Amino acid sequence: MESIIRSSTTGASRSGSANTPRVAGRPRAPRTLILLAAVFVAGCSSAPKQQTEPVTSPVLSAPPTTTAPLESTRPVYAGPWEDPSNPLYQRTIYFDYDTAEIKPEYLPVLKTHARYLGTNTGVKATLEGNTDERGTREYNLALGDQRAESVRRLMIADGVSPNQLSTLSYGEERPANPGHSEQAWRLNRRVVIQY
Amino acid sequence: MAFAVVLFGFGLGFGTAPAQARLNIEVTGGVEAAQPIAVVPFGVSDGLIPPVDIAAVISADLARTGRFRAMPTRDMLDMPARHEDVDLRDWTLLGMNNLVIGRVEPDGSGYRVSFILYDAFRGDQLASSTLVSTKAGMRNTAHRISDIIYQKLTGQRGVAATRIAYVTATGQGEGQTVTLRVADADGYNPQTIVSSGEPIMSPAWSPDGRRVAYVSFENKRAAIYVQELASGRRELVASHPGINGSPAFSPDGRKLAMTLSKDGNPDIYVLDLTSRELVRLTDHFAIDTEPSWSPDGQQIIFTSDRGGSPQIYRMGSGGGPAQRISSEGDYNARASYAPDGRSIVLVTRVNGMFRIGLIDLDRGFMRLLSNGSLDESPSFAPNGSMVIYATIHGGRGVLAAASIDGGGNQRLSQDSGEVREPAWSPFLN
Repeated sequence: MESIIRSSTTGASRSGSANTPRVAGRPRAPRTLILLAAVFVAGCSSAPKQQTEPVTSPVLSAPPTTTAPLESTRPVYAGPWEDPSNPLYQRTIYFDYDTAEIKPEYLPVLKTHARYLGTNTGVKATLEGNTDERGTREYNLALGDQRAESVRRLMIADGVSPNQLSTLSYGEERPANPGHSEQAWRLNRRVVIQY
Repeated sequence: MAFAVVLFGFGLGFGTAPAQARLNIEVTGGVEAAQPIAVVPFGVSDGLIPPVDIAAVISADLARTGRFRAMPTRDMLDMPARHEDVDLRDWTLLGMNNLVIGRVEPDGSGYRVSFILYDAFRGDQLASSTLVSTKAGMRNTAHRISDIIYQKLTGQRGVAATRIAYVTATGQGEGQTVTLRVADADGYNPQTIVSSGEPIMSPAWSPDGRRVAYVSFENKRAAIYVQELASGRRELVASHPGINGSPAFSPDGRKLAMTLSKDGNPDIYVLDLTSRELVRLTDHFAIDTEPSWSPDGQQIIFTSDRGGSPQIYRMGSGGGPAQRISSEGDYNARASYAPDGRSIVLVTRVNGMFRIGLIDLDRGFMRLLSNGSLDESPSFAPNGSMVIYATIHGGRGVLAAASIDGGGNQRLSQDSGEVREPAWSPFLN
């Protein structure tokens, strides 16, 4: 199995990056004092009826730790797909609701990218699958995976080497448009070819 | 009948860091038969200033269950703190079935909190106890008293001293911050478990309440972590090619069911957390995801679109053939068992709206628990009395809780940002 076991308590502070996750066990526990019209009754002296174990706070006691993300493998220097006049500029294809089927209108786009990858075998691409917000998050994570996988299979059938392609599903977590309308949803059901 | 909106703690807190924004809870409905109860402000020894208004916390805890209506302090004619000062007839005249009085006294660096619960009509003491508390543990002490009262009066274990894990998000796109938090069941003491610029999903409690599993994209790909809450130590338990999602602890805490697509398609796997052995339970070209264990650990229910639409299926926890168990509707997903194993809660689509449904497994029919349009992520309270879920209110992601018996609705929101994916903890003491 390919699981990697790694403790996060490296203490490496790389807080400059927006992507650096901060793992924290220790809370800055808010102390809230609520003193509503308190009636102070002095001299409560009758013996307690029952003594139980001390109640401790459920607050966490771990020191905050920091982990660093993997280095980005995206090249600083971009390629022809960044040029609006280049056919590789169109890197997003869209899907119908709850399906991973590629619409015929996007076949030419995928062929263009497949041809480029086929002749530039040193170039790698990540196929990012996304969904709209309807339905459950984990089902959508799986649906985004299937969308990316559909594109991957098609490009491999078009001659791209499997080791040039990887897939990444974001499910509904990374909407292109954060709205809750049909228009937003249409833009969010997509696979983006990231070089 | 609808409760007046109950807000507590607003504007009264201080020392609360903005980054640790509390969940604000509104009680949005109660059951018709909510029982009247008076929780008298607790007496305090001379010069003592307790950090928490114990009676206010108890009143709010009881009101949140939907089964009690707590008497406002301003309506009380008398505020006894000792048994000898109590005249139960006064309280029956005010319509109170039950009365709670109590005292807070110093105990070293902490406090000794004692209380008595009365049946006002019969004149009986139903419960009395003294709890020793640290200063920081005073809210938890109040929650434990609430749970003693609740159990005495309803026969069911209370959940005031439990916690909720949830995900919050602020900002959009590259500027987004996603945080996994754990807070008390009343929204207080929010603690950050992990925070990232990348998505965090699917928090799941270990059965002992000490660990939380979750999905994080912090390394630009989905991976499953298991984090110990007390120490903050965590382990990366799944980081395969493709998706790594839907972690679910087995009831004995030794295994983690999950969804992986490393073999080309989303399927259910079970990882033994000790031996690290990974077993594949499903092998189907459709989507199989969202595994959830039966309380006895013998079965796993999951979502599959193998029949053409997402539906709930059940199989043995060692794998084998799966039977479809959702019958109504063309979208049923993310099911999980009630603590007694007799029903499941799930997301179902009704006329294009995504709502929370409850399927009675004995009788087979479904009942709706919510009325939003994008409701999701239902999670049972450990006593089975309520389900917490994510919904949209005023265009913003908030949490809501609904009583299984139809009343006692609540809404939980943050002052800013989205709140989603609630997971109710098991009992913690």
